[in-house]
Amino acid sequence: MSENLVLDPTAERAPATRTRLARPESLDGQTIGLLDISKPRGDVFLDEIERQLVERGAKVQRYKKPTFSKPAPVDLRHEIATQCTLVIEALAD
Amino acid sequence: MISQDDRSFPGSVDREHDDELAFSWHHDIETVPTLIKGSSQSEDERTVGWSQAEWQRITGIDSLGADLPVMRPGCGSMSVDPNLIDTLRARFAGDGLAAREVEFAQAEDPFEAMFERGWTDGLPVVPPTRERVLQMLEGTTRAPDEVVAVAPPDLVELTVEKIAVNAVMAGCRPEYLPWVIAAIEAVCNDTFNMHGLLATTMPVGPVLICNGPGTKAIGMNSGINVFGQGNRANLTIGRAVQLVIRNVGGGRPGEVDRATHGSPSKISFCFAEDEAGSPFRPLSVQRGIDEGVDAITVFAGEGPKCIVDQLARTPEQLIATLADALMGLHHRKLVVGFDVVLVVSPDHSRIFHEAKWSDPEVLEALYAATARPGAELVRGVGGIAEGVPEGFGEIPSLPKFRPDGILLAHAGGGAGLFSSMIGGWVNGEMGSDPVTVEVRP
Repeated sequence: MSENLVLDPTAERAPATRTRLARPESLDGQTIGLLDISKPRGDVFLDEIERQLVERGAKVQRYKKPTFSKPAPVDLRHEIATQCTLVIEALAD
Repeated sequence: MISQDDRSFPGSVDREHDDELAFSWHHDIETVPTLIKGSSQSEDERTVGWSQAEWQRITGIDSLGADLPVMRPGCGSMSVDPNLIDTLRARFAGDGLAAREVEFAQAEDPFEAMFERGWTDGLPVVPPTRERVLQMLEGTTRAPDEVVAVAPPDLVELTVEKIAVNAVMAGCRPEYLPWVIAAIEAVCNDTFNMHGLLATTMPVGPVLICNGPGTKAIGMNSGINVFGQGNRANLTIGRAVQLVIRNVGGGRPGEVDRATHGSPSKISFCFAEDEAGSPFRPLSVQRGIDEGVDAITVFAGEGPKCIVDQLARTPEQLIATLADALMGLHHRKLVVGFDVVLVVSPDHSRIFHEAKWSDPEVLEALYAATARPGAELVRGVGGIAEGVPEGFGEIPSLPKFRPDGILLAHAGGGAGLFSSMIGGWVNGEMGSDPVTVEVRP
């Protein structure tokens, strides 16, 4: 029995899946956080993303998780949430 | 020839393998071997287990199994294996459930996911899988789509199925479900006014007082630590009612529920009355239900408050203490507007029992002992601004409680010269009146 498939206990007035935030119309005035999760070569990927974003006039801030094996610490998440309007997370090796 | 588990058995004949146990489920096979005679459309007869004579008669083969023992009872079919039956029921029974499925992501912990979706009261809940909900529904004869009530505050039609989903989450066993359904029926109406109870800033929730032989059958507690922790039926029935209101009704703290302090009783407050040891008639009987019938009384109440008297030895002395404590309900100088449940302990009830006092005598004495001259209760008297309006000052005797405003029950452990009072919310049209309903299967 999978516990990941359950019956909705609510009145089903809200969508069962959460919708994504709307895509920003432009990068003007956005501060974009780039989060390196500390996987090898994630920085290479993010360096290139940063170069392209800056080229298009965006403001970029860089962040790094202490380790990829654990969720980002609360302080780091708070820092990103208060300093940025958008965030890109580098997942790959 | 259809084989359940061993693909190579029996080796000597053509056979099919009942991979998904669909054939076994749909033909109600409880024992292997089972021999069925008929066509694909209809069954003429069957024999269960091995009986040489029956197998020979049904097949018409006189020599069938001549070298085998005359009779063997057979083994349980895999389709009734307790470890498989819930999955099979969900797969084949055409379960008639209407709730939509919610699938959590593979990496999500379902317990965490349910917290994140706001489905819990702050404690973990059991994931309401289809199998568990179907098993829960076995606890009632009612159809899953039967509408039991309209749930406040969102005024949602509340089906047996949605109640079962939340009962699973609360940790109920199937045999508790009729009690949860009865409690929901009792609270979701204008008389009890669950909506108001939810919205009030006072610290009250539905207190469920259970009566009848069914309380023993499902293992409810009416004795030691009756309001406390440790009994699954007491805790989960009360919790299920609250989860239904939260999840289906949409009544959540900080939204419609804006209670000033709230109360631990808003998580779950449900107990059984100790009828066997009581000098009083069961509360349900006092309120018009037949003796021996399972029933729930719902009361809009706060947490229990202890009343100590270790020296009283006569009913008059004990009444004096109980009345004094009851006067303090919410505010000594506010009267008639609030009801109370007085839960007398076995040590205290013995004093009434020995004096041959039952509920009418006790209640009559309590009503009399809780009346005060209006002049004592008027606003400003004693340096206390709160009180009854000026005009009541001339009334020689103002009752603390309206008629039927004291609900008398009996519960608790065998040692302790304490009783307990559960204060109510505003009574009557403006607030809530207690409701008693029968528990139906």
